[in-house]
Amino acid sequence: MSNQTVMAQRRLMPITVQDITLTLNERTLIDDLSCIIKSDGISVIMGPNGAGKSLFMRCLHGLAKPDMGQILYADAPLDSLIRQQQSLVFQTPTILRRTVLANLLFVARQRGIDDPKISMDYLAQLQLDHLAQHPARLLSGGEKQRLALARALIINPAILFLDEATSNLDPASIETIETNLQSVSKQGMKLILVTHDVGQAKRLADDVLFLHHGKLAEHSPAKSFFQKPKSAAARAYLAGKLVL
Amino acid sequence: MKLSVLFAISAACLATVARADNAILVQSTTSTKNAGLYDYILPVVKADTGITVNVVAVGTGAAIKNAMNCDGDVLLVHSRKREDQFVAAGYAKQRYDVMYNDFVVVGPAGDPAGIAGGTDVTATMVKIADSKSKFASRGDDSGTHSKEKSLWAMAKIDQTASSGEWYRETGSGMGATLNAAVGMGAYALSDRASWGAHANKADFKIMVEGDQRLFNPYGVLLVDSQKCPNVKSREGQIFIDWLISAKGQATIASFKLDGKQLFFPNAE
Amino acid sequence: MPIYSESFAAAFGLLASSDRDLMEILALSINVSLASLVLSCVIGLPIGAFLAMRHFPMRDFLVGVFNAMMGLPPVVVGLLVYLHLSRSGPFGWLGLLYTPEAMVIAQMILITPIIIALSCQVLEDLHEDYKDFFDSLVVPKRTALLAYVIDARYSLMTVILAGFGRAISEVGAVIIVGGNIDHLTRVMTTAIALETSKGELALALALGFILLAISLAVNFLAQWLKASARRRAYV
Repeated sequence: MSNQTVMAQRRLMPITVQDITLTLNERTLIDDLSCIIKSDGISVIMGPNGAGKSLFMRCLHGLAKPDMGQILYADAPLDSLIRQQQSLVFQTPTILRRTVLANLLFVARQRGIDDPKISMDYLAQLQLDHLAQHPARLLSGGEKQRLALARALIINPAILFLDEATSNLDPASIETIETNLQSVSKQGMKLILVTHDVGQAKRLADDVLFLHHGKLAEHSPAKSFFQKPKSAAARAYLAGKLVL
Repeated sequence: MKLSVLFAISAACLATVARADNAILVQSTTSTKNAGLYDYILPVVKADTGITVNVVAVGTGAAIKNAMNCDGDVLLVHSRKREDQFVAAGYAKQRYDVMYNDFVVVGPAGDPAGIAGGTDVTATMVKIADSKSKFASRGDDSGTHSKEKSLWAMAKIDQTASSGEWYRETGSGMGATLNAAVGMGAYALSDRASWGAHANKADFKIMVEGDQRLFNPYGVLLVDSQKCPNVKSREGQIFIDWLISAKGQATIASFKLDGKQLFFPNAE
Repeated sequence: MPIYSESFAAAFGLLASSDRDLMEILALSINVSLASLVLSCVIGLPIGAFLAMRHFPMRDFLVGVFNAMMGLPPVVVGLLVYLHLSRSGPFGWLGLLYTPEAMVIAQMILITPIIIALSCQVLEDLHEDYKDFFDSLVVPKRTALLAYVIDARYSLMTVILAGFGRAISEVGAVIIVGGNIDHLTRVMTTAIALETSKGELALALALGFILLAISLAVNFLAQWLKASARRRAYV
């Protein structure tokens, strides 16, 4: 299974972002942003609130369309087939009004995975198997997000996006999720996270993209970013100051 | 799926609702229906002729208009002048006498206009108008309404000038108008049969009856198939023939309420 | 007031003895209402779903129109249908006037806007909730629609019950297009109107209580569905 992921990744990576701009109601939310995201490691997108992190991620995944510029996946523009090789875990997951298992089965069937046993395996991986027949909307926040992650993983994506996925969770849930993330990353899945949790970024990131006012302030390897950030905004941010 | 089963059941139910091919539609009056005449004679008609008679009971005016729109096979109403106009306009070949009864003036036991026991209907109308006692009119262009208007005219009273004051036009059928009259303690003109059959009389009684001018003849007409090609002329004529036959006339005469005969056959 | 006890007793008596006339009238009421409900759902649910899921320039206007049509006065609808089905009208050749089918048509015109407007609202709420997730998963429109209908099943059932409630208690339209003909087009509501006009107030009230019981049962069922859905967090 990991071989397939690595192979699929080769077809999609690297992601080349070329001069994308997005304006809404006369406000420039993403400003002439360019970067290259490579296939290895976990990339983390950081920045103060309103910097455009989530919007940038939505552009990468095709949920939002830039007004100018383009996003290429291994030199190919984003299309429906490429999107089907991606998963996105939202900050607040959309839970279908069904059981936990039914939620997972719905997603699995979208990609032709009909065997319920596979679904149960993924639930077990995220410690949700004992809740399989439970109405999913009655789960706790942490359980819901683990379900969302199970849904994202079961389709075996080449790229996994996470948009502030652990923002509202308890530490135990965060730990379970981060463990799973590190495991799938090692197996070759490309992970791209948006987070404002500096600790999480330090734990997971291999490279950091720091956004400020819709611009890419810097894109550096994690180690050098946390030790010696290049931009003043990043320095202020990491120091815990309010970055306006 | 459950839906299609439901649909099939509903469709089947609707399909089995009696709609015999030898069914005719009669446009008629509320007075005959409310009195219960049709409930009484139609089963006999069915037994004798095999014809199912469906009755739509609206005011005479509406019944005539419906017949002119070809929405009926037979017309059974009580407004001689308009029946004759119907024939003259070619909507029916002829008009048959079928039965008659009479109109009565009913009112509250308190009798504010002091008309009880009178036999002169013109004098009655004058007393009601002079005392400005409440009067409930059909106001719906029916046979009863036509008769009522002619009585006011005979008494040389312009009753519509007081519409909304003591003269109340309900625009409704006989039963609804009687309910309204009882409800507000007003006088009303009614055919004897409807009054007899009406269950909500409170303390009301017949105040005035017997005047020749309260004569109420009914006529039956077959809608002409040249004007209305869809008319079931054969079955319609069979029904009319039954009504004016000895058997039909006897059946009408035998219809009684509280031991009293309500309709008097008078076919030639 | 003695009329209440008289009517209650009459109602029980009629039901207990399975009075033939009453059973006939009840059966026709339910048949006509069910038939018009089923047809309204077949037409209305897809339209409601379409309006919920697609946004095009006229969409908001159309939704507004259907919402407004929920307030169509039944007697006006009855009159319009009557004029069209009359022998002298454009569809007179169908010979549908004064038949149960005409009553179904009139009630369909009254209920379909309810089904459209309310199902659109229900599905639209769900669409707002699910659309990013489905977009991310690249779910085809047909699958999405099926998912909405399944997930909204309790709310949709409530919408359908609302439609049924409106149909079975309606009198203005069916009395005009049906003619309240004995053994043919007489339903509970028109029978009540007739008995009232005959002054048979206790009997009319008795029939009214029976109709009320049906209407209340339908509404209680809708409430129970809502509560049960909430309990199972399907809301």
